[in-house]
Amino acid sequence: MSAAARAWAWLRHNALPIYAGLAVAYMLIPIVVIAVFSFGDTPKDKLTFTLDDGFTWEYWRTMFDIPELNDALSTSLRLAFFSTLISTAIGTAMAIALVRHRFRGKRLANLLIVIPMATPEVVIGASLLSMFIYYTFALGFTTLLIAHVMFSISFVVVVVRSRLIGFDRNLEEAAADLGASPLTTFRTVTLPLLAPGVIAAALLAFALSIDDFVISNFNSGTTVTFPLYVYGVSLRGIPVQVNALATLLFLVAVIAVSLVLVQQRRAERMAAVQPEAEPDGPIPLPGTAATQ
Amino acid sequence: MRSLKQRLVPFWLLGPGLLWLIFFFVVPMYFMGELALYSGSLRSGFELTWAFENFPNALSGHEEQILRSFFYAGTATLLCLLIGYPLAYAIAFRAGRFKTLLLFAVIAPFFTTYLIRTIAWKTILSDDSPVVSVLQTLSLTPGDGRVLATSGAVIAGLTYNFLPFMILPLYANLERLDLRLVEAAKDLYSSSRTAFLKVTLPLTMPGIVAGVLLTFIPAFGDYINAELLGGTGQAMIGNVIQSLYLNQRNYPEAAALSFLMMALILVIVLVYIRFAGTEAFMGDEDDAEGAK
Repeated sequence: MSAAARAWAWLRHNALPIYAGLAVAYMLIPIVVIAVFSFGDTPKDKLTFTLDDGFTWEYWRTMFDIPELNDALSTSLRLAFFSTLISTAIGTAMAIALVRHRFRGKRLANLLIVIPMATPEVVIGASLLSMFIYYTFALGFTTLLIAHVMFSISFVVVVVRSRLIGFDRNLEEAAADLGASPLTTFRTVTLPLLAPGVIAAALLAFALSIDDFVISNFNSGTTVTFPLYVYGVSLRGIPVQVNALATLLFLVAVIAVSLVLVQQRRAERMAAVQPEAEPDGPIPLPGTAATQ
Repeated sequence: MRSLKQRLVPFWLLGPGLLWLIFFFVVPMYFMGELALYSGSLRSGFELTWAFENFPNALSGHEEQILRSFFYAGTATLLCLLIGYPLAYAIAFRAGRFKTLLLFAVIAPFFTTYLIRTIAWKTILSDDSPVVSVLQTLSLTPGDGRVLATSGAVIAGLTYNFLPFMILPLYANLERLDLRLVEAAKDLYSSSRTAFLKVTLPLTMPGIVAGVLLTFIPAFGDYINAELLGGTGQAMIGNVIQSLYLNQRNYPEAAALSFLMMALILVIVLVYIRFAGTEAFMGDEDDAEGAK
């Protein structure tokens, strides 16, 4: 077999992994570009593709030296904090109702939760603005908070709900059989198993809020969030510190998500009870289940 | 018979969330619809005149942007499917221990701000970037050798930004695929291609439809990509709505356009839910009917 034929055969055999690798590269390129540029000593008004001017830590050191950027970032963090708190509490309660209870109108409730996720952001932003205009409601932090909680709720419900569906209720019944009060059962069994789902939902809500530009753009008034600041300066050249900050936020998010993943795995192992294996046998305890 | 108090529990749990969604999602849609029936201008003041002609008028002024939105979002959705399906397939069946890492790479773009990612693409596609010089060498650029401010740049941006929305439902669907069915087809002497076309593809159709919806809808309403990566000739319908609301403050026309977009998307989503349920958006099948 000639070299060319061998190469062709190899290529054919590995076509899928190669294609997948290229696709992943496509998804990661902009992130790499942002990170690399945060070290680039480039002229402030021009983003070129070279690092000829040298590597520098300057923009990481001076990350918090731009007052407007700091204000925008602290507004965003405050907004994301309150939005996460409210939407996670409300959304978790909804998810519990949807999975654990039977009631009339469940289908309608599901629809009301799903449709906002399928609505383009520009329509959500525009409709809220229409209502605020009608009531001549002053745009600002409050209207942003209302909007952010609104678009986060559905995602929180989805995440917590999928966690609850995979939840083994036998564990709670076992706790009750062993004499635990409903409150103790909730505190010692339900909550630890549910926690990773709630934390994942809260992280998602936080990320959605920090990231949102379109809906905020409609309802911010003169309040400036991090994305709104970036948009404002993008027209006249973005300070390189923004790249450093974006990279930092990326790293924080990666670490947070990794921690949640690890925690989730642990909870899954804990809940990996197989009651059908020994229907009449002793009730498996959470700690011993994984070793069976 | 459960007591009244018990039966009210789900409504207490759902209440805050449902009220939030009703007051800040459903009601604003009503106000947007009403605003669309006003006439007047910012200077003379707006007045409710039941101006139903606003709807056809809003459409007739912007056929170009509407058609362009369909074309851009449609092309981007198709590209997402072509890039995303093999990738989702590779993650589901060929990734081995790299599975979690690859899934992580797919959602990694969400950890950086949408706006900053798109600005990074602006850098990548700028006139003096190596990517563009490669494209120029391959004669893949239009006459003047520029990539920015072309339809191609906007479609590339849309494809990039909405790719995870295609991959995740595809992956969720592929992962549940019973590979024994594909083996059975091969045992019955079907070629790999026939087995794919007759077994794998039809079984993963729900994931494809869900991915197409979740990609097309936000891409159709998007205006960031067209604004940052396009020029004056690449405006989409989202740009028109944004500009009419926030710059020209022609609220009735803006509301009419936005309301029509919502109506179109609502029809698509409701038809889809009618046939496939809320599964694609909720992540898991709704076990409400099967709950004991």
